[in-house]
Amino acid sequence: MLVLVELDEHGVAPGSLEALAWAHPIARELGEPLHAAVFASGTIPPAAPGDPLVDLSLRAELARHEVSTVHTITHPELADYSPERWGESLAQLIAGLRPTAVVAAGTERGTETMAQAAARADLPLAVNCTELERSGAPGAEGPDGPDGRSWRLARIRQGGMLLEDAELTAPIAIVTLAPGAAESTAAPNAAAEPADVPEMQSDVPAVAVERFEPEFGDRFVASRLVGRTTRDGGVSLATARVVVSGGRGVGSADGFGPLEELAKLTGGAVGCSRVVTNNGWRPHSDQVGQTGTKVNPDLYIACGISGATQHWVGCMSSKAILAINTDPDAPMVKRATYAVIGDVADIVPAVVDEIHRRAQ
Amino acid sequence: MVMNTHTLPDRADVVVIGAGIVGNSLVYHLAQQGWSSIVLLDKGPLPDPGGSTGHASNFIFPVDHSKEITDLTLDSMRQYEQLGVLTTCGGIEIARTDEREEELRRRMSSATAWGIDAELIGPDRAVELMPFMNRDVIRLGFYTPSVAVVDPLQAGALMREQTAASADLTVAANTEVLGIDTVTGPSGQPAVRAIRTDKGDIETETVVVACGVWSPRIAKLAGARIPLTPAVHQMIDVGPIPELAETGAEIAYPIIRDMDALMYERQSGADLEVGSYAHRPILHDPDDIPSLAAAQLSPTQLPFTAEDFDKQMEDALELFGSILDREDSGIRHAINGLLSITPDASPVLGEAPEVNGLWSAAAVWIKEGPGVGRMLAEWMTHGAAEIDLHGADINRFYPSQRGRAHVRARASEGFNKTYGIVHPREQWLSSRPQRISPFYERERELGAEFFEAGGWERPQWYASNRPLLQEMEGYGAEFVHDRPHEWDRRWWSPITNAEHLAMRERVAMIDLSAFAHFDIAGPGAVDYMQRMIMANADRRVGRLIYTPVLAPNGGFRSDLTVIRMAEDRYRVITGGADGARDANWFRRHLPADGSVTFADLTSANCTLGVWGPRARDVLASVTDDDVGNEGFPFATAQYITVGSVPVLALRVSYVGELGWELHAPFEQGRLLWDTIAEAGTPHGILPAGIGVYGTTGRMEKGYRLMGAELTSEYTPVDAGLALKKVKEHDFIGKEGYVRAREQEPVAEMCTLTLDDHRDSSGMRRFPQGGEPILSPGGDRIVDRLGRPSYVTSAGAGPSVGAYLLMAYLPVDVADEGNRLLVQYMGERYPVTVARVGRTPLFDPDDSRMKA
Amino acid sequence: MQVLVCVKRVPASGGTPQLTDDGVRVDTRNLAFTVGPHEECAVEEAISLVATHGGAVTVLSVGPAEAEEQLRYAISMGADRGVLVDSGADELDPQATASALTAAIRQLESEGGPFDLIMFGNESPDAGNYQVGIRVACALGRAIVGGVKGITIDDDAGTATLHRGVADGVEAYEVTLPAAVAVKEGLNLPRYPSMRGRLRARKAELAEFRARIGTPGTPDTEGGPGAGEPVELVVHRGGLRKLRLRRPAETQSETVLLGHGSEAAPAVVDILEELDVV
Repeated sequence: MLVLVELDEHGVAPGSLEALAWAHPIARELGEPLHAAVFASGTIPPAAPGDPLVDLSLRAELARHEVSTVHTITHPELADYSPERWGESLAQLIAGLRPTAVVAAGTERGTETMAQAAARADLPLAVNCTELERSGAPGAEGPDGPDGRSWRLARIRQGGMLLEDAELTAPIAIVTLAPGAAESTAAPNAAAEPADVPEMQSDVPAVAVERFEPEFGDRFVASRLVGRTTRDGGVSLATARVVVSGGRGVGSADGFGPLEELAKLTGGAVGCSRVVTNNGWRPHSDQVGQTGTKVNPDLYIACGISGATQHWVGCMSSKAILAINTDPDAPMVKRATYAVIGDVADIVPAVVDEIHRRAQ
Repeated sequence: MVMNTHTLPDRADVVVIGAGIVGNSLVYHLAQQGWSSIVLLDKGPLPDPGGSTGHASNFIFPVDHSKEITDLTLDSMRQYEQLGVLTTCGGIEIARTDEREEELRRRMSSATAWGIDAELIGPDRAVELMPFMNRDVIRLGFYTPSVAVVDPLQAGALMREQTAASADLTVAANTEVLGIDTVTGPSGQPAVRAIRTDKGDIETETVVVACGVWSPRIAKLAGARIPLTPAVHQMIDVGPIPELAETGAEIAYPIIRDMDALMYERQSGADLEVGSYAHRPILHDPDDIPSLAAAQLSPTQLPFTAEDFDKQMEDALELFGSILDREDSGIRHAINGLLSITPDASPVLGEAPEVNGLWSAAAVWIKEGPGVGRMLAEWMTHGAAEIDLHGADINRFYPSQRGRAHVRARASEGFNKTYGIVHPREQWLSSRPQRISPFYERERELGAEFFEAGGWERPQWYASNRPLLQEMEGYGAEFVHDRPHEWDRRWWSPITNAEHLAMRERVAMIDLSAFAHFDIAGPGAVDYMQRMIMANADRRVGRLIYTPVLAPNGGFRSDLTVIRMAEDRYRVITGGADGARDANWFRRHLPADGSVTFADLTSANCTLGVWGPRARDVLASVTDDDVGNEGFPFATAQYITVGSVPVLALRVSYVGELGWELHAPFEQGRLLWDTIAEAGTPHGILPAGIGVYGTTGRMEKGYRLMGAELTSEYTPVDAGLALKKVKEHDFIGKEGYVRAREQEPVAEMCTLTLDDHRDSSGMRRFPQGGEPILSPGGDRIVDRLGRPSYVTSAGAGPSVGAYLLMAYLPVDVADEGNRLLVQYMGERYPVTVARVGRTPLFDPDDSRMKA
Repeated sequence: MQVLVCVKRVPASGGTPQLTDDGVRVDTRNLAFTVGPHEECAVEEAISLVATHGGAVTVLSVGPAEAEEQLRYAISMGADRGVLVDSGADELDPQATASALTAAIRQLESEGGPFDLIMFGNESPDAGNYQVGIRVACALGRAIVGGVKGITIDDDAGTATLHRGVADGVEAYEVTLPAAVAVKEGLNLPRYPSMRGRLRARKAELAEFRARIGTPGTPDTEGGPGAGEPVELVVHRGGLRKLRLRRPAETQSETVLLGHGSEAAPAVVDILEELDVV
């Protein structure tokens, strides 16, 4: 069983930790070794430890999930991310390795790479799964039928409003894990504390490292990453610990002033509902929901948002939700952890004042 | 006071279900009427629970041909204005066709009659008021400056607030009604006992169903039926339109009703809202309306079905091409909005016939909501309302008119009449025949033209009588010849006049099987009848009593005939159109001690009227009983045998002729018909239609008709039906009646003659009813209670050689010989007051009837 | 330039999806249908690209016969023509959908030359398989970038620059045309169809293909279309099969009411302090 592991500046990206944690027991159940694949390029900024082949902290983390072998995919053309090249590389790795299943986090890049790989390998792909099991006897050998093995899986549809039970029949199961569907079993930022590394290294079994170099033909068709602008300052909606989000009840573009202030004071980001972007009060990039950003902050403050299902699926992964609404029966109020009943225009400025008061 | 709570009280004086404009307004007015503990429930959230109030187009055109609807609308506008949620913008109804031009002229008559400022305007003026219209398609405009838009959600919120200030009001949103419990009393009639909800139960004796399109579903919980169906009304919003946006206003231009396209267009901020009543009828079932959670927009805003709107888009582009026919103005919003349609397009108000204490407040438009709330509150408190609501009374429907198939058939037929041109005599074509008399087959053979009343098929005239037209020419061509204008002769035939004259000369037989018959019996019957009717019920056995039945306010509830059948038994006979309401009125007032029983014999009896100078000859030839004036005096009833048919014969007449109503067992009706027809042949008997019975014969005799001359807004004193003495016994409405007798007379029922039928082009025209009576100077005539003078009935008087109009006139105008005007289709015609009060024009001393 | 937009008929969002009694599909009795927000943006973008660079917009849908409504919607927005691949009432799996689209595009390109840009929504709002566009692009040998919220065409170079948002900024990709792109809502503000556009769309003629599920081992070309019959495209089922739908268990927790109005501010700040964010 193979897990595509994405890396970020701290090591294994959070989504991939979830994917490892999710795949690990499935592999154990099937009695198969767990392999990982990493692209030795792309996401790792210059300040990071460098080649993951020698990055001990990364190895340690993979070892925690009993990953026996890590395949590092390297190629001069892979210096930058390219959907086609990543997908082709993975497809080639899969073709050689013939794993039972390939798992990746359902991130944008994970999904795109897996879709490219599945398309190129002519294999089915099930994205945003929450459950996966062999429908045959556990540990059964060999294909279940002419098309391959059978799996039962559950995946999310309509942005999480529904679950789909599906059957996957394929020589190799290619699946992505729905974000938040599994708990990562290792501290996500453990690798960020270098002091721990040597200690841990002595405890963990060795992870074999194999280098894999894909081949691209001369006329390989690919999109080329030609530019990258990084948001300066500001907190990204997707990663903010606090999201202060406004809906119809904010009333106007100007009404977001106090929300922005609250976001600033809490080190958070401002979000909004679809009504708000449709009204032109906020840019689309602020939209939380099925067609916008899905957020998972520690606290989601929903100001004047009634909580239509399309919005709810974008914020339901938040650890806590505070709803501020005039309607005590609004769906958002009923689903929230905390609620304040009243007008956003009264309450948010009062909260801001209270923060200032306590700071003095 | 408690607002927006999740805790319901254990008991309440009244529970109103539905927090739309009607429910909110009703709780407000109930509080005004002194109700103290009131609960308002809705299964949806506030302020917009998801019903029709939340998506209505919210504009109000005050002029309607119906006085009842206009009065409710005007009252509602006053209330909206007081709440500060009314914006006056004016409105123009556009005619694209000849026929619609006539209709707009007719609307002018209604506007004048009901006292609403309006004017007919030409295309130039119309385009001046609403500059984006295509002048070329406009032929005429009906401009009403007081047309307004309102905010019914805000109105509802304010009404809740104000109610809470004066009464113990519990408002519970997101509360679903699970059941309405009833208990059956000694009369066998169930009564409301409690209401069950998902938030708890409330004991109460009064529940109001103000649930709009869900009303049938909620009423069913109590075992009652509210006959309406949810139907789709399509609307779209097109924008942004810079010309509208730059006004910076929600609405800066008059609202346009493109009447011939059955559409409207109104500004809504930067958009033009286009709505239609032109598409095919799209009916839904109350049980199939999606829940709040399942609905995309709201339960009553269903997905737009674009293909139904294509034709309307073309019409809208034709009229508003200058702002709609642009690539950068898009359809931003489009819905199939649900609203309530009833079998006769009127609201459904009042206490349900099946269950005491269960009130309906359904099928009400935004324009009538607050007025309905006020009237219903009066009705619930005092038993009657300031505005006569008989046309909206839930009790007007017979059981056969409350079923799903009938409701859907009539709603389908009626939907496109929302902006249609509906003739006052217009007949429904669907769901017929419903109720047929035993004479029906014979009548068909005679070429009867059937009109419907109370679900019954009744011959209006008979094609077989066409030869009479020639025979009666001697009376003057104008009374037997056709009316030249199509509108005037629609749903009408000159044969009626010929039948009338032949009856007066010879004898006619008239099918009156639509009559409702009730048997009232028991030891308490005399007391009970004394309480129910205005006339003295304690008369000798066999005596006929014609009597008003009064509403608690002293206005008319009904008028009917009562026969003392025995010491402890009465027969009540009332008109087909009123039978259902009267049956429920009598049943509801039965004493709780069981001392009186009520039986509806309508389906057991058929009725054949035989009237005319030779009626006695005809009857005498087929009965051994004495039908002479001594043996069978006027205003008495006797059992006689006609041929082999046992008959209850009533010596009475609504057409002023010698004769009888013959009430026979239903299954022997055919035999009765054949017996009379055969016996009458030597005497020249003819079948005559309701055109004679209900209009020409009746009006010559000045007889008042319930619903036309007689409404709850007028007393017997006004109507000239006051009796010499007020009886000792207490009766419903006595106080109001006595008060009316004691005060200075206000208005009197008069019969007027139309002096000159010619319009400005020389064409002879015939007013149809509803037109304003004006002073010689052309001013509206209003009595000191504010009641306008208008034509309550219109019809020919072939035997008196005049076209007759009936109208209430203020006492200072009600002088015989006084010359006035009637306004019809935009023109004025001279009329003369021919009779004041009850004395008829024809045979004033009733010598023919009493011969 | 020739632009093709692939659209899918899906129930419009709003409300909580209700399931049919057998749990196999969403109960759409009270739902409107749409192409979904991403694809609406794709159509809008195609129309404005063609307005700037010339050419024509074709919309293509694989789905039930009723998907005609979505094609007409796109035409009412300004697309030039619509092509329907009638695949019957049942939803196809993503591989089958991709193979039907690929076959249709090959057919269309064989008649009218290649499409310079093939546009997809990033994912369908209902099934959300995130792969159909990529599969089609791979099958046609074209580059594809997903999640795109900005498109610039360089006519001279024959390239397109595609922008997409990532967690910490924006990435720009260059592709050589012909290429494909999967876009997201936010790319533009789609126009509403004009009334005239609606009327035009009602009268527009649609090209139609019919999808037939092929049996493995039999030739794809079996049985040509009869006279006047739509061209038949043979598609193959993929390995993912929907069994049933269900609603995720909702973790119903009691909401803690912190208070009414501004009086609740201290309680709110207590929570923020607990989280250590102030």
